Amino acid sequence: MLTLDHAIANQKYRISQLHCEQATHSDQERMRQLFELGFIKGESVMLLRRTMPGSDPMVVRVGSSTFALRKAEARTIGVEMVSS
Amino acid sequence: MTESIIHFHPHGKLVALVGNPNCGKTALFNRLTGGKQHVANYAGVTVERKEGKLTLDHQKSLRVLDLPGTYSLYPRTPDERVTCDVLRGVAKGERKPDLLVCVIDATNLRMCLRFVLAIKRTGIPTVVALNMVDEAKSRGIEIDIPALSRELGLQVVPTVAIAKGGDALLRESLSTLFADLVAPRAESSPAQRNLSTIEGDSNDSHPQQPQQPQDPAIQLQQIETDHARVQSILQKLGLDQIVHHSSSDRLDSFLLHPVFGPLVLLSILFTVFQAMFSWSTYPMDLIKDLNEFLKDQIISTFAPGWLTSLVVDGVLSGAMGVITFLPQILILFLFILILEESGYLPRAAYLLDRLMGSVGLSGRSFIPLLSSFACAIPGIMAMRTIPNMRDRYVTMLIAPLMTCSARLPVYSLLISAFIPQRTVGGYFELQGLVMFGLYLAGIFAALFVAWMLKVLTRAGKQTRPLMMELPRYRWPNPWNVLIGLLQRAVIFIKRVGGNILLLTILIWFLASFPLPSSGEPIQIENSFAGILGGYLSQVLGSIGFNWQICISLIPGMVAREVAISALGTVYSLTSMGEDGLSSALAPIISQQWSLATALSLLTWFVFAPQCLSTLAVLKRESGGWRIPIISVTYLFGLAYIFSYAVFNLTNYFFSPA
Repeated sequence: MLTLDHAIANQKYRISQLHCEQATHSDQERMRQLFELGFIKGESVMLLRRTMPGSDPMVVRVGSSTFALRKAEARTIGVEMVSS
Repeated sequence: MTESIIHFHPHGKLVALVGNPNCGKTALFNRLTGGKQHVANYAGVTVERKEGKLTLDHQKSLRVLDLPGTYSLYPRTPDERVTCDVLRGVAKGERKPDLLVCVIDATNLRMCLRFVLAIKRTGIPTVVALNMVDEAKSRGIEIDIPALSRELGLQVVPTVAIAKGGDALLRESLSTLFADLVAPRAESSPAQRNLSTIEGDSNDSHPQQPQQPQDPAIQLQQIETDHARVQSILQKLGLDQIVHHSSSDRLDSFLLHPVFGPLVLLSILFTVFQAMFSWSTYPMDLIKDLNEFLKDQIISTFAPGWLTSLVVDGVLSGAMGVITFLPQILILFLFILILEESGYLPRAAYLLDRLMGSVGLSGRSFIPLLSSFACAIPGIMAMRTIPNMRDRYVTMLIAPLMTCSARLPVYSLLISAFIPQRTVGGYFELQGLVMFGLYLAGIFAALFVAWMLKVLTRAGKQTRPLMMELPRYRWPNPWNVLIGLLQRAVIFIKRVGGNILLLTILIWFLASFPLPSSGEPIQIENSFAGILGGYLSQVLGSIGFNWQICISLIPGMVAREVAISALGTVYSLTSMGEDGLSSALAPIISQQWSLATALSLLTWFVFAPQCLSTLAVLKRESGGWRIPIISVTYLFGLAYIFSYAVFNLTNYFFSPA
């Protein structure tokens, strides 16, 4: 599955799923926080820039908001490309 | 503007402002209350509580509360928890609001409307303030307000928080609702149906209030349901197209550029530092002169005695000495507020996240640490913006290692007395290099401590989320910056006025008592501080400190630079102003102290927690004794170890024998 940290910059994607890497409490907590910020299945998402060395953190647009995410967070967001 | 926890209008109707971060909530709060605000803390937590008074027509007034911004009603941080607790009516020392104003960003309805739906479920009557409608309009977002109101089932009013009169419609609407609140038995008006649930006192239980579901699966489901609902509302209003922030994106492509971004950040930081030290010279001199003038007046007017000594040597030298740093702190905060208002601050945190992440912190720790170069007190106060508690505590622990301006007089004295003025490598002044080295030593020690905590603690190894919103850039509003600055000043002065004043008096007592029977002023070496200093010198003799140094360290606990005037007292130099004192002291100590002692003392000042004010603020901001105790222990430990090493190495290599 393609995850957001591997997405192509400035290409439109849609969130297909959020997944926990492990079912630990902190992982679930992280997933809930992403959810609350709008990283919800079906929402449009775009990787704006990965300018930092090792692309960590990176700038991501979800819906109409912009967030800085660490790579570990982006890795939990599954995406699919929107063909336009 | 005052800071207190007394409610000036305790029985008035309470309106609370809620909203996502970056939606212009605080700007709207400033607009509604006109800057007439009380800043205090919520009971038991270090979360700022801001209350103001909103005067409606006909002398009616409402209490308005600015609740901390939050993304959802499931709290992540202490700030967000306060908001949630207040809305559920379980916050300590705060009753449930009678009315909510839910502030939303008209240019980002996708996110804000989900929050509105969650707020609506609290059952508290709510008005939605559709903020930044002007900006939305200019970007071609036309919002059908009556339709939005219908869809949400809540009253929606457009506002422009940054424009004069931009809150007129909200005031009107609050005025109507207020009339309903004070006359609850009147025949039902449209607002009345909503308001019927909030009759009675806050202490009543609210059986009709829905509890937040605790099961995470249900919470997630709720968010998804809300999201779908928002989608359908936006679709009906024809707003489901995402409009990009083209100007912000263009700026970002420069300011977050891998090469230019860090360069711009560096030049901003450089400018801030330059301004902090150069602009502050004049006001700081003014405060010092005023202080000296007051001392002279008091000494010449009143008979010498312990009361005069208390005022002159205790209060004026100590507490006023700390006030001297206020101009620097205000200049620093002016820049931070401007950067914050403009939306640059989270970008700076983004650029620095990698660097800070390598020692187990996040980019958000950077600005508080930067502030600590002026003074650790505002730095520690600024740590409330760090959402993760572990990160916050670690940042608190390392902040005192940043070279604050109170160390500078001590450094300059020792450097001018012991380091020869000569050029190294053709370009560099040796004295300047040593000063720079002392700064670096503090920074590296701080990074090393943070790194050790990352490696050694379990919590340090876990990756913590960043998830930081990068809001659109906007021009800082001078009015909001000014209000923020005034609030900082009041908070700083209050800290000095309370704890720090008491500590200053304690230290003065130690240095001035017991009174000798002869009635002569006491020699400092015979005072309690002198006796303590004597004991200390038995321990610190191993790192080269003589008893004169040890005595001066005790008054130096008030603020580091006070150690110099204490040294002056020990060497029987009469008060002659700071510059005069330093130049008189330098030849004496350069004759009487060895180089090893001087370098050891310099090292000591890099590490030692020689500042009771900082410890008092640490206790207050961390909400307990744990952090200040850890801080004192490890900093004195490091100070001793490094001073010991420096003293013995210097003796070994530069031994006079």
